[in-house]
Order: sequence, then structure tokens, then C-alpha cells
Amino acid sequence: MKQKKKVLRGYAHKFGDNINTDYIISGRYKFKTLNFRELARHLLEDIDPDFNKRKAAGDFIVAGENFGCGSSREQAPLAIKYAGIGAVLAKSFARIFYRNAINIGLPIVRTNTEKIESGDELEIDLALGEVHVIKNNLSLKAEPFPSFILDIIEAGGLIEYFKKYGGWKIR
Amino acid sequence: MGKTIAEKIFSSHAGEDARVGNIVVCDLDFAFAQDGTAPLAIKAFERMGQKGVFDPEKIAFFIDHNAPSPNRDVSSLHRLMRDFARKHRIRLYDVGEGICHQLVVEEDWVGAGDLVVGADSHTCTYGALNVFSTGVGSTDLATAIASGKLWFRVPDTIKISFKGKLSPGVYAKDLALYLTGKLGARGALYKSVELGGEVIKDLSIEARFTLSNMIMEVGAKAGIMQGDEKTKKWLAETSKRKVRFVKPDEDARYDKVLEFDVSRLVPQVARPHSVDNVVPVNEVKGTSIGEAFLGTCTNGRLEDLRIAGKILKDKKIHPKVRFMVAPASRRVYLDSMKEGILEIFIEAGAVLLPPGCGCCVGTHQGVPSRGENVISSANRNFKGRMGNPEAFIYLVSPATVAASAIRGKITDPRRYL
Repeated sequence: MKQKKKVLRGYAHKFGDNINTDYIISGRYKFKTLNFRELARHLLEDIDPDFNKRKAAGDFIVAGENFGCGSSREQAPLAIKYAGIGAVLAKSFARIFYRNAINIGLPIVRTNTEKIESGDELEIDLALGEVHVIKNNLSLKAEPFPSFILDIIEAGGLIEYFKKYGGWKIR
Repeated sequence: MGKTIAEKIFSSHAGEDARVGNIVVCDLDFAFAQDGTAPLAIKAFERMGQKGVFDPEKIAFFIDHNAPSPNRDVSSLHRLMRDFARKHRIRLYDVGEGICHQLVVEEDWVGAGDLVVGADSHTCTYGALNVFSTGVGSTDLATAIASGKLWFRVPDTIKISFKGKLSPGVYAKDLALYLTGKLGARGALYKSVELGGEVIKDLSIEARFTLSNMIMEVGAKAGIMQGDEKTKKWLAETSKRKVRFVKPDEDARYDKVLEFDVSRLVPQVARPHSVDNVVPVNEVKGTSIGEAFLGTCTNGRLEDLRIAGKILKDKKIHPKVRFMVAPASRRVYLDSMKEGILEIFIEAGAVLLPPGCGCCVGTHQGVPSRGENVISSANRNFKGRMGNPEAFIYLVSPATVAASAIRGKITDPRRYL
């Protein structure tokens, strides 16, 4: 049986509401370089200086409302992606961050994150839109994406989408 | 069922009936990027295998955030922008010409009813001219300059009406801060906001830019106003284009309709570290400050400099305060010079920065020290915003910046009226 592996597994790192793009990656760094591995080393540094040491590849950032508010810097989702974070889960995302994450191929999951705690092990099925909290066997439903956005996600981001369809695929 | 301004502009640019919730691909009237976002957009453009831009007449680049370059890494990114602009015949505004959001409206890049994207979150500023303009990231911008189109989800609209009359010493910035405090940082998430009412009619176009600019801070996609005689006059001075305003239908459907009577509004302050942490000035007055900053896409225009200049005339900045002034554009710089305002600033002890974003983004030109309080006319006070996560930023109107700079502590500007 052939099945695309889209289940992610990792540990949650919990943050609050309104985590802005300045916190995700400070302007001090983002203007200087297009080296995203370098940027990734400073991920969330101003509000959580130890985050970089604590996190492991495949872990999840779990936040409240309005994740990624503030500037339009695409360096924010890129720094998260290059830090090896598997996905960002939040109750809601700021609109530019939402687009940027989809465009660069960072998985984002909109779901009620209240019952997730730091350190919880999670299993996320992106295709089904399900989040599973291992310790208490809790299942959370993710908000589904419109099909237009799914096409971009499935292509792996907007650049790949553009290459695949040669422009905008208008349905 | 009637349409909101957003639904009308998206319909006319998508070539189909666009309603709330629809995803549409639209033609763009203008697209731009600045030095924090353009390098990444150029890389994305190249990775997409694109050869040419859709129309160089509808694209511009701006070097404003980190200008002049403070180090060689930034210099090489600026060079990448210059090389790309030259190759594709794109107009590039270089170091010292000004902030993108000021140049876009000074230099006839946008007109009423247009649909505009910029790789900068405060692109919403031109809503004051009846433009639907919104910020996007670098990859979106790359596809925009390649194809002249972008996808949008047609947003719901919140209609906000300001009633009454602002008292002396209370400005559009205070109104914007008050609204941000009332709605909160996600109060208009994903939504378009139609801003109107008698207070807006009384405001100059420059003051209206301040309000549309800050609508980003409640998470909105746009902060759009209807056109009036003032808008028409303003557009006529910068453009030869025929002005056709987009009005909402009488029976347009709104997500929410809010009304605020602001006759008794007093000067407002957004405390650290969030823009919606807003209080009347008397709750924080007396807080000592080490740095004052006047400028940015929110409040670096001629009218703002005039207001501050009037307060600072024949006065001195407090000896413990460094006062930085960055005019929003070269034209603002020259006009305020001709009016003698820059002389007032310099005699008062201010430091003049080149036209551009100045110390707003924390990359150069005035990084505060540890534990220091900053009073600023900018639009963001996030921790670390000005380059030091251990500093504290208070956001206020240009008048409150000037008054506080004189006394070395947060001060109600009305004592200087």
C-alpha cells in the first residue's frame, strides 16, 4: 500500500498570544543576511534566550492567538523552518505570516491549542488535519485549508507551485 | 446584496464577482519591496526561473530601512537590489530619498480604487487615498512582480466611524493608538476596515495616512477611507490621472459596525511592549526618558515636523535626552528646511538623521541602552524593536515626543499649546 508519509512527531514548546515577527527573528539579524541557518540560531531569542538549546529537530512551536503578527518579514517563517521546527500550531495566525509560511513550505496548523502544554509529545497528521496529544490521547481537529491553498502546500510552496503550473492556476 | 469597498475593488481587479470568503486572483496596479524584503524576493524570483518582470512601470524598490548601510553585509544586499533594478528597469529609490510609504504617495505610484501590494506590513497606509493596499512577504512579492497578479481571500469588513471633534493637542496618532487599545492586537485580524465619520473628514490627508498606517497593528488587511474633496485635491497635486473613488453600497454587509465619540479623547500612550497596551498620557506622565525619536512612516511627514517644531521653538532638549529626527522623505526634509523647522530642531539639540526609517527597526542610528526608556512617534514598541530587548519603547504623537524631549520625561503636550 502506497501512502504519503505526512505524520509529524515531536515535542511542544508553548508560547502565548501575539508572538510577533520581531520576537521570532529580530530586525538586528534579519536585515543583514540571506543565510537562514544563521538566522535560525537567533530564533525567538529576545523572548526566550534558551529556546535554541532546548528545542530538538522536529519539535513544534505551539502558540495562542495571532502568531506572527507585526512585520511582513518572510525571514520569520524561514528562521523557524531552518531551525528544524516541524510545524507551528496556533489558535490563529496573523495574515501575512500565514501566507508566508504556506509560500515557503512551513507547515502551520490552526487548532485550539489550549490543552497542549510545553513538553507534550504530539503527533500531527497534516493530510487529515489532526493533532494527537500522546499523553492523554487527546485528538484536536485542525482547520482545513481551502483547496486553492492546498495546491500551494502540496506543491511544496509558492515557488514550486509557480514552476509546476507555469503561473496562476485559476479554477 | 451590496458590496463593501474591499469587495468592489477585488471584483474589479479579479474580473469576477468577488464576495467575502472567495479566493480570487487579481491584477495588481502596483507592487514594491524595501531593503528588508527585496533581497529575498529577488532570490525567489530567480528560483522560480522568471526572466522578466510583468511591467517595470508598476514596480518600485526602496532602500529605506537600513540606509545608509551600516555594514558590508547590508551593502551587498543593497547592491543586489540595485543590480536587479537596473537589469529590469525598475525605479529604485536609493539611500536618502525616503521611506517607501511616503514616496509611494508623493510620487504618484497609486490612485483611488487601486489594488496594491508591498513587501512591507505598513503598505496599508494608502488606504487613506481610497486605495486597497496591503502588505505581503517576499515570495508573494516575487510572484506579483513576475505575473502582475496575486491571490487574495476577500476579507470581511469592519466599519468604524469616529464622531465628534478632536480637542487641541490631540492628533490622528492619538486616535490610532486609542483604536488599537480598544480593538487589541488581533481586533481586526484578516479584516478590511472602513474608516470614516466626521473626525476623519476633519483630518488632513497626512493625518489620515497616520491612521491607515496603524490599522496594521490591529491585524487588519487594509484601513481604507472614502474619498472626499481633500483627497481629490491631494491626488490632483501629485497625479494627472482621473480620480474615481470607490464607495461602499448602502446595503453592503459588514462584519461589525463600530462608532466612537472621540470629542473627549486625550493624548494617548502605548506602553511597552505591545502597541495595544494603551493608556491616557496622565497615567505614565513623569516616566523618565533617555531617547526621543520623531519620524517613520507613521509620523515623519511635514505636518508632524511642524507640530513638533512649534513646541520646540526657542526651547532646548533636556540634557539627558538624545533626540533623533528622521524626515520621511527628501521632499519633507527640504520643505521643513525651507520652513525653518530643521533649524528649530538643531538649535534645540536634536540629531538629524537622513530621510528613511531611522532608528525604528533597530538596525542602526540610535539603538537605546539597557533599561532605557524611549519616547517615539513610530508604530511598534515590541521588545527589541529598536535593537535592544532590554529597552522600553513608548509610542505617542509627534507633539508628545517633542514635549517629552524638552522635559526629559513623558509629558502631556497640551501644556505647550
